[in-house]
Amino acid sequence: MRNVLAIAWRDIRSVFVSPIAYVVLTGFTLLSGWFFFNMLGQFNRLVAQYSMLQGMDTTWLNLNDAVITPLLGNLLVVLLIVIPMITMRSFAEEKSSSTFELLFTSPVRVGEMVLGKYLASAFLVTAMIAISLVFPAILFIYGNPELGITAAGFLGLYLTALAFVAAGNFTSALTSNQIIATISAMVILLLLFVIGWPAEGAGEPIKSILVYLSVTEHFQSMLKGVLDTRDLVYFASVTIVFLFLTHRAVESARWK
Amino acid sequence: MIEVKNLTKTYGSITAVDNVSFQVATGQAAGFLGPNGAGKTTTMRIITGFMPATAGTVKVDGFDVFEDSFEVRKRIGYLPETPPLYLEMTVRSYLRHVGKLKAIARAAVAGAADRVIEECGLEQVAGRLCGHLSKGYRQRVGLAQALIHEPAVLILDEPTIGLDPAQIIEIRALIRRLTTERTVILSTHILPEVQQICAKVVIINAGHIALEADIAELVRERSLEEEYLRHVSGEANPALARAGAAAAGLEGGAAHA
Ligand SMILES: Nc1ncnc2c1ncn2[C@@H]1O[C@H](COP(=O)(O)OP(=O)(O)OP(=O)(O)O)[C@@H](O)[C@H]1O
Ligand SMILES: [Mg+2]
Repeated sequence: MRNVLAIAWRDIRSVFVSPIAYVVLTGFTLLSGWFFFNMLGQFNRLVAQYSMLQGMDTTWLNLNDAVITPLLGNLLVVLLIVIPMITMRSFAEEKSSSTFELLFTSPVRVGEMVLGKYLASAFLVTAMIAISLVFPAILFIYGNPELGITAAGFLGLYLTALAFVAAGNFTSALTSNQIIATISAMVILLLLFVIGWPAEGAGEPIKSILVYLSVTEHFQSMLKGVLDTRDLVYFASVTIVFLFLTHRAVESARWK
Repeated sequence: MIEVKNLTKTYGSITAVDNVSFQVATGQAAGFLGPNGAGKTTTMRIITGFMPATAGTVKVDGFDVFEDSFEVRKRIGYLPETPPLYLEMTVRSYLRHVGKLKAIARAAVAGAADRVIEECGLEQVAGRLCGHLSKGYRQRVGLAQALIHEPAVLILDEPTIGLDPAQIIEIRALIRRLTTERTVILSTHILPEVQQICAKVVIINAGHIALEADIAELVRERSLEEEYLRHVSGEANPALARAGAAAAGLEGGAAHA
């Protein structure tokens, strides 16, 4: 455990003494702020228009459906691009320098390296999501969105991000080239995104399998405010599977 | 005590190290010589446990590097060909980090870092970033990092490469101090260095051991330089030279392909 924390802490510090952390956090905040205020503006215009019309059904016009849900969808797309850039360094950078030799000639287990690296990337991602909580906070101050749905949605975003981090660490462990690590992570994340698409036309059991594998499916269900153990198990499994694959990849890098 | 027995390492079709055996006694310093590409770095990486061998065994103080990897790692200090620095860390925080990785007790980490900073003459640069140091100081930090857990065994891969003459003399003096009570393997291309620091010499050529001898005995008849050239060119042992030439030819072919 001590090694895990030592490795995580070193990575976190190195990201915060370089401009990387600040560029990532600022970029993320700017983009998500842009999405948020545009959606809020649109919501206000709609409310103004509909309030002039009598007798219309306006129950769908609420902060959750009109602002928070689409905001979370957009944030997920931003994370899909940003997370591979956060995780690209984790193993690839060590492998391209002799610090990989330092790690492997110290009494540190591969599992400890994998967890340490994972925690470090997860820390930055946690900071990003924590910043994005400002937006629902604003809505709660000036309006009354539903707490349960909002919380489930952000939890869904966070769990998805944590699974993405594990996938990004995995591709970083496969190569010593950070660009290759980033691109292959993006491909994997996009695949998880769209893997459910052919499900419409597929027969069973392919259909259920594709739907189950799709990130979108589980994320959508959390956006509706449903806390289903199946979704939680899904996110945990994706994370664990990628951590396991990372372990394998790091271990095998030494045998080459 | 380091015992290398029938060690073989292949990278795909290239045999980098072929059935190599030699020993270094406890407290002894051995110079590891050989032409470029002879297999020195590969052998040292296997001894430190960084990479597994294809065949053969290595024992350090009786512990197998593969079976009891952690016991061996705790006993070995290793300076790779390039010092393993994190360029964005200061020298002091880097050494503390290495101290934690080497399983030094929490309360002793800061003290250990200060000790090697003093031992390796790093007081002036302790607060500077590793990435801003000159090559000589990077090499010193590399040595400090190898020493932090007070290892009984030191593996140094070309510690004086690329340094100016003054730095070479200083680092060499430092290494000589370090070798007094440790078992050491030191690879280098500078023959006088071996004579100054080591009691023993091991020459490897194209993956084969060409010579394993005590320097004092060896240099009675010829200079170390003559011995080196004789063994590397194969005059001393024609059968080995043929095997070496074949291996070198293979490597040359691979490089051109
Ligand atoms: N990762 C690798 N993949 C393939 N071949 C390798 C690898 N590392 C080393 N080799 C080959 O193994 C042989 C031995 O290399 P090694 O680095 O051990 O030599 P060396 O004695 O340390 O040389 P130098 O004096 O130049 O440092 C060389 O032919 C080299 O090309
Ligand atoms: Mg070498």
